[in-house]
Amino acid sequence: MSDRGFTPVASLNPPLPVRRIEPLSSAAGYATRIFNGFFEWFGSLGIFSWQVLRAAVTPPYEWRELIRQLDEVGSKSLPLVAMAGAAIGVILSLEARYSLSRFGAKSMFPVTLVYSVLQVMGPVITGLVVSGRVGAGMGAELASMKVTEQIDAIEASAINPYRLLAATRILACILMLPLLTIATDACALLTGWFAQAMVEPLSFHQFIANGFNGATFSAFLPQTFKTSVYGLIIGLIACFQGMRTRGGAAGVGRAATNSVVLASLFLILADVVLVKFILVFFP
Amino acid sequence: MATAYDIAVKQAEPEQDNPAPVIAVEKVYKSFDGHKVLNGISLRVNRGETLAVLGRSGTGKSVLLRLIIGLDTPDSGAICIHGQDLAGLGLDRMGEIRKKMGFLFQSAALYDSLTVQENVAFPLEHHRRDMSKSERADRVRQLLTEVGMDGDIDKMPSDISGGMQKRVGLARALALEPEMLLLDEPTAGLDPISSAEIDELILKLQRERRMASIVVTHDLDSARTIAGRLALLNEGDVVIEGTFEDLQQSDVGFVKEFLKQS
Repeated sequence: MSDRGFTPVASLNPPLPVRRIEPLSSAAGYATRIFNGFFEWFGSLGIFSWQVLRAAVTPPYEWRELIRQLDEVGSKSLPLVAMAGAAIGVILSLEARYSLSRFGAKSMFPVTLVYSVLQVMGPVITGLVVSGRVGAGMGAELASMKVTEQIDAIEASAINPYRLLAATRILACILMLPLLTIATDACALLTGWFAQAMVEPLSFHQFIANGFNGATFSAFLPQTFKTSVYGLIIGLIACFQGMRTRGGAAGVGRAATNSVVLASLFLILADVVLVKFILVFFP
Repeated sequence: MATAYDIAVKQAEPEQDNPAPVIAVEKVYKSFDGHKVLNGISLRVNRGETLAVLGRSGTGKSVLLRLIIGLDTPDSGAICIHGQDLAGLGLDRMGEIRKKMGFLFQSAALYDSLTVQENVAFPLEHHRRDMSKSERADRVRQLLTEVGMDGDIDKMPSDISGGMQKRVGLARALALEPEMLLLDEPTAGLDPISSAEIDELILKLQRERRMASIVVTHDLDSARTIAGRLALLNEGDVVIEGTFEDLQQSDVGFVKEFLKQS
């Protein structure tokens, strides 16, 4: 952070990668650079997060841009997550029927499907699908704006790009992921039941009644709302990668790829922590 | 017709109650990855004055403008606007200063997802929330008429030429009625007729608005037309500063070579 109390977006730029042929003797130096680069990345991400947080909680608020991003992240991702959910429902139904039949536990089918979808597959699949669609889109859009000086133009117009571009996108991801997860879950349960009903008679009412028998809200709500953390990760990584891009078209491509790869990776890693957290606090 | 220099001489005197120059760059150093770009440069611009910054590519002309508007920070030295050092300013105060500055990027940097009209309206929507929709639309139309782009308000930036993009960029830079205008290569890449039109437009704005302007350019003819004072940069510092005649009379080898090649 500069001594001005804020960091111009431009100064977040890392130096362009320099391609050198390293002698074997400098392997230690190479490792040191990787190590430094790793910490530099996290340090820059920390500064970026602080700037976004500060911009998000102070007026003026960018309501119009937020609504546009809610539409972009939510409505436009809905068909994709619905289709992914539908496919997962069928796959789980087929797998569960086969596995449960082997152990003579076919009656457990509804509850197995409901818990598999709502507790594990729905949230993770939604996170990964949105990470692919929204993460890449945001990363590429902001990177393109960066390399064509549009973000500098926003800053030069005395508009805070952290507030206008990053905070709105991240908030939209945080708010929309749980809603998209509910849509994924609903589609998965519907197609899962349908796939089962095609093989042997099972009314939807019976499926739901058995599936949710004895279930409490606390069994599903934390799993659904943990996807807000996924949203935070997807939005933050995509905006960070996009707004620190350098290097023209190649840089834009790199930013889009890194956004998806890093967001997906961190999402899965975060899930490990979140699952443990939920098991402890919502047993 | 008065020349740019006449206008500058008449208008550029610091005002009695506020003697500080509008823009003052004091011994500024800036390096990128160990490469020194600005090497202790100092410049001053008063109200109503236009300073043209000339020099070879890579001598830090555009970097100088980015430092003045706060898109980059100097390694050392001071940049003062109305006597206020930019170092140590918070984002809000910096924003207030930026509202008084209009910046035309070399690439125009129009928002590619917005129409011409929306591009010019963009700063007004964010900073003039007191304006009604119709007032804003009128102001946008007036600005676009001023730069001769009122016939293309619904076009996308990708549908207009480079010269037209510069005009729209200029209209956007003028939207908040700035006291300072920073122009980065306003005529670069344009044909001679478009260049002359942009120069004439800048001269007209100087006459009407009395802004403190810095124009970065390679184009000596353009600099001579629009600026009362010229500063020639080499290796990150000012080699000579003065009128075009001062440059012509200089014995410095680099100045002679630059004038000869331009």
